[in-house]
Order: sequence, then structure tokens, then C-alpha cells
Amino acid sequence: MSSVLALSGVVVKELYRRKDFYVLFVLTALITLLMGSVNFFNDPKIVRYLKDICLLLIWVSSLVIAIGTTARQIPAERENRTIFPLLAKPVTRAQVIAGKFLGCWAACGLALLMFYGFFAVISATREAHFPWMQYLQAVGLHWAVLGVVVALTLLGSVLFTAPSSNATICFIVVTGLLLLGRHLNQVALQQSEPLRSLVYGIYFAVPHLEWFDLRDFVIYGHSAVPWIDWLLAWLYAGVYTVALLFAAWLIFRRKPLNQ
Amino acid sequence: MDPILETKDLRVEYRAGAGRKEAVRRLNLRVGAGEVFGFLGPNGAGKTTTMNVLLGFLPPTGGAAYLFGVDVRQPIARQRIGYLPELTYYYKFLTAEELLRFYAKIFGIPRRVADERIDALLKLVELEHARKRPIKGYSKGMQQRVGLAQALINDPDLLILDEPTSGLDPLGRMKVREIIQRLKNEGKTVFFSSHELGEVETICDRVGIIHQGQLQVEGRVADLLQEHHANLEQIFLKIIGYQPETMAGVP
Repeated sequence: MSSVLALSGVVVKELYRRKDFYVLFVLTALITLLMGSVNFFNDPKIVRYLKDICLLLIWVSSLVIAIGTTARQIPAERENRTIFPLLAKPVTRAQVIAGKFLGCWAACGLALLMFYGFFAVISATREAHFPWMQYLQAVGLHWAVLGVVVALTLLGSVLFTAPSSNATICFIVVTGLLLLGRHLNQVALQQSEPLRSLVYGIYFAVPHLEWFDLRDFVIYGHSAVPWIDWLLAWLYAGVYTVALLFAAWLIFRRKPLNQ
Repeated sequence: MDPILETKDLRVEYRAGAGRKEAVRRLNLRVGAGEVFGFLGPNGAGKTTTMNVLLGFLPPTGGAAYLFGVDVRQPIARQRIGYLPELTYYYKFLTAEELLRFYAKIFGIPRRVADERIDALLKLVELEHARKRPIKGYSKGMQQRVGLAQALINDPDLLILDEPTSGLDPLGRMKVREIIQRLKNEGKTVFFSSHELGEVETICDRVGIIHQGQLQVEGRVADLLQEHHANLEQIFLKIIGYQPETMAGVP
């Protein structure tokens, strides 16, 4: 376990010592501050619209951080040859995968805390009623879905050598799942067999990342999701995360590492 | 006495185009405790491939390899070894101290022991002044020395060094050589590859010369020099089939 924690600690250090995270944060903060200043007009619709933009930006930034950080982990270890002194120690490849996952996921969690913390402070000071429960549920599910994204990107990083190609593919896949995942069953209905069964198969096999998006609950103040549903969503994310990490380990454990 | 490092009929094959290439052919090596063994050969001879198998990076096609009597495919075989790869760019966002602490954690070394060891190692490799500086600002020689420090973090009984002086200036080479000499005096077992045959002749107790995947010669340095009436470089060149006019008289 100490190896896994040591590996994850290095990943977290890497995130907060790189500039890209701060650029994204400053960008989001600027727009959030803009949102705060627009509230002076006392038009709630404008505030909602800007909250929507701000939360969308947090989602995009978090995906960029999750995919960008994870995609370079294993390829950078190979390119800089640090994988060799690492694996020359009593570390299994499963521990490397677990450590990298834990580090990237924790790094994403820290980034989310900063983003949402800032958003909450600004929103709470501008609104009489802030939907705290919905807000906390949204943060929780956002972090859960980032676990799936990190695991998916880690799988990509053991398949593809170049971090840029892996990051691009993962970004397209994740965006596709978020935007089109919910419509796949309707697409299936419009197809004839055997394409219909194939699309249905994909609909049931792929992780439905859009279920984790509770932005509207925060923006419009809808009643909170029942906690049992919230926990089931975590379980659902956990199953996909474990399955993707297992696939990554299956590929990585036999991969010859030649210097 | 049981060997610290042993290979038995070790074979490694690669896919090369449509066919297969044998990188290591029935290699039998035995390195005892406290020995400094020089593993020599021209580029592409199979030295690094052999090291890759010993460190568990590559599975052997045939035969077996053992460290401390444990099959190298088991991670526990690497508990008592230190490894310095050739030209590695360590995590550039970490300082030397953080890097060594990271590797100490991998070995599960308690914090107090790790602190003492990090201090001693940074002193040994003369990087005390740069311990708080990010590695990205280090010269090649400094990177190689921090690499040597990470290889020693667990106080290993066996050190595997892949061309430890490669790419270093004469001063850097001398410093690394001094460290190896010091480790030898402390009774550590060192297995290293190098193209610097002069330093091999000075430091090593025994050498093995591999060519085209096969071990051509193995023995004590003094015995080889006496037997061939030549220096190690001349013996090496003869074994790999290089025969310039100046070597015509070498038996």
C-alpha cells in the first residue's frame, strides 16, 4: 500500500506544480467573478445563465485536467525512462496502475474542491438561498464520474504510446458519451436489425456519464436526489472504474518494457 | 557459496519483422557476494536485454534468472537490489530530496531511517547543495549522481548499473568510479555494463564478454590479462572479431 500511496503522491505533486491547472482555474475564476458582478443588475435569469456557463466551464476544465494529467502518466514514465528504476524496485505493475489512478483521481478531487469552493463562495454571497444539498451532491457525483474518466484514460495510456493521441481519443469518447449516450436507445429504435441490437448493446455497455451531471439541480434549485440513488450512482461508477482498471492491468502486466 | 545473481541457459527472443531474433543465447552467469562483475559487449550484444530480464522488464523466452535465489519474475527478488539505468530523466518537478523520499516510501523505509539515509546519500553523491532544487535544473552529471543515490536508497546488497558513466565528463566519470570503488570496499556486489574498458579493468574482479547474444569469455580480470598477454581493450576487440594490423601479434 505504501508504494501505491507514494506513486499517487507524486502525481498530485505534479498537478499542483504544473501551470496548466492554474491557467484553467484563473480562467474559471474570472468568469465566476464576472457572474458575481453581473448580479448587480438584479436579473435572476442572467445569474442563472452565467451560473450555467460557470458550471459548464468547471466540467470542461475538470475533464481537461483529468484526461490531460492521466494521459501522460505511463507514456511519460516510458519516455523519460523513469519506469525502469521504478519497476526495478519491489513494485508490481498492478501497484503502478493503482497508484497512478489514485493519484490522478485525488488530483482531480483537489482541483474540483478549488473550483467548486470558489463557485460556492461567490454564489452564496450573491444569492439569498443557495441549494447546499444539491451542490454537495453535484460535487460528489462529478468526482465519481472523473474516476471513470481517469480509469478510461489510464487504459488508453497503456494502449497508445503518444499521450497526445490518447488524450484526443479519450476527450472525444468522453464528450461523445456525455452528449450522445442518452440518445443511443432512440437511435437504436430507428435502425433495422442487426444494427438495432448492436446500438442497443452499445447503449447498455457504455458508462452513462450524463447521469452524473447535476448542474441543473444547482442552477434551478430542484429538490435533491434521493441519497439511495446518489449512492447507486457511485456504485455504478465504481463498477466501471474497476472494470477499466482491470483491463488496463491485463494489458500492462505482460507488456515488454525494452530499453 | 550461493550466487547472488545467476542465469541458467537464459534465452531471449524478439520478433524481428517476419522472423525472430535471438538476443540472448543460453547465457549462464554466476556472480558471488562481494564481487564486482563487469558485463561487457558491443552495442546490440545483449547486455541491456540480459539486464531487462534480471530486473523483470522482459520475460525470458527460455531458461531462468535468479536474484538471491529468487526467480526474477517475482517482485520480492528486487527487494535487495539497486538499479541505475543509463540516462534517465527523473521526475523533473521533484527535488533530489523529494525523489529519494519517494523511492524510500516505495521500499517502505521508516521516515526517520529514510531521513538519515537521504542525508548520507546526498553527501555521498555530492548533491547536498542542490537537495532543494528541482531536478529539471540539474546537469547530466548531477542527474546521473541522483540516479546513483536512488539506486542506493534501500542500502542494497546487489547493485545493477547500466553504463553508469555514459555521457559524463571526465570529472563526473571519476566521481561515479570512486563511488563504485567505495561500494566495493563496503562489500556490496556490483554488476555493471560499461564501454569504458579502462575503468572496468581497474574496478572489476571478474568480467564476462557477450557478443551476438553469447557469452564468449568469462573470468577473473587478472587471469584474462595474463592468459591473453594483452589489455582488456585488446582482448575485447579480438573477441568481437575486430583485427586491425596493430593487433596482429596479440595471441
